[in-house]
Amino acid sequence: MLSVGQINEGFVLDHIEAGKSMEIYHYLKLDRLDCCVAIIKNARSNKMGKKDIIKVECSPKMLKLDVLGFIDHNITVNIIEDGKIIEKKVLKLPKQIVNVIKCKNPRCITSIEQGLDQVFVLADEEKEIYRCKYCEEKYRSNRK
Amino acid sequence: MRHLMSPLDLSVEELDKILDLANDIEAHPEKYAHACAGKKLATLFYEPSTRTRLSFEAAMLNLGGSVLGFSSADSSSATKGESVADTIRMISCYADIAAMRHPKEGAPMVAAAKSGIPVINAGDGGHQHPTQTLTDLLTIRSLKGRLSGLTIGLCGDLKFGRTVHSLINALVRYEGIRFVLISPEELRLPDYIREDVLERNHVPYTEVVRLEEALPTLDLLYMTRVQKERFFNEEDYVRMKDFYILDKKKMKLAGPDMLILHPLPRVNEISVEVDDDPRAVYFKQAQYGVYVRMALILTLLEVKVC
Repeated sequence: MLSVGQINEGFVLDHIEAGKSMEIYHYLKLDRLDCCVAIIKNARSNKMGKKDIIKVECSPKMLKLDVLGFIDHNITVNIIEDGKIIEKKVLKLPKQIVNVIKCKNPRCITSIEQGLDQVFVLADEEKEIYRCKYCEEKYRSNRK
Repeated sequence: MRHLMSPLDLSVEELDKILDLANDIEAHPEKYAHACAGKKLATLFYEPSTRTRLSFEAAMLNLGGSVLGFSSADSSSATKGESVADTIRMISCYADIAAMRHPKEGAPMVAAAKSGIPVINAGDGGHQHPTQTLTDLLTIRSLKGRLSGLTIGLCGDLKFGRTVHSLINALVRYEGIRFVLISPEELRLPDYIREDVLERNHVPYTEVVRLEEALPTLDLLYMTRVQKERFFNEEDYVRMKDFYILDKKKMKLAGPDMLILHPLPRVNEISVEVDDDPRAVYFKQAQYGVYVRMALILTLLEVKVC
């Protein structure tokens, strides 16, 4: 079995749905970090059968992890210090997400205005519905 | 500095103040004849409009101000690819307040974020048309004496009709409102208005297809046009466009005080023979549209008239 070592300082994203790790890698813009990042795909999991894991050796403060709540709230975020888990973050749906999803309404101003951020606002937490800030087009989150 | 993007930007108290001011303007127009002397309104109309643009222009001229602007995207820098954000930054140097109509939904919101002057949404695609809603509310309150305790029939295109959506959003904030939704199956009110607005606010409503069935129960009938520009398929439009025609015969079923409103333009949905019926108030409604826009301009420019 492939073995990836422990990290001393940083965070681990565990219980990522198998195959989703690269999507998260891009959402979090991990490619722009100048630190060690390990992506483990299709790791064995008792709970999920197969899962992905991402280990990042930098402070979680450098990243906006809120977006993970939108992508998949089942992901576990473990904060590591001195080689130990010091906190397990509970993911919540963010109130607003910027440049993560695109508005699909062809009548929306975001379809033509240059340099305009794609902003979605949480409209209904219970039903997990986001709406485009500009045209109010509905978007249902991917949470399961 | 405030903008108006949606009728819900205004609290019920703020809305009441604007309607009170509009009624005072109606009663004493001479008091306001020079209230905006030296001020300029920019009308930025990226798509054609007769009523709304002229109504805004009449409102500013009645206040002693002046007007500049364009009436189609063809005569603006939009044809050269200028963004809404850049246009409003430039207009902010020329005018004191702007009214924007744009075919893209949310365009006035983009403008407001970059503007140095108040921006009024004068209609953005099928999304919002707040000054039509203010017009409707002023008409109802002035002619019925109240905005509460009314049974309101909404008839025609309830699916794409932004005036209907905005009016529902505004009226659910008042006590004792009940709606009768009159539309063909294909043009029913969208789920997100039925569930997220009516049901969430516990506002009673019924849905019917036949106008005749609803007429005897109504305090107010709000007719709408089936809008050709909202259909992707000509065949669907042709099938729907004359689904409802309100004529003299049907009006016999209505109560003596039932008012008929229409955001205009009317096509075939109200027969011209109904125009002389005292219950038909849609042209008076257009007049109220000028008063309420005058009140809105004064409010956003923070002009006080003693």
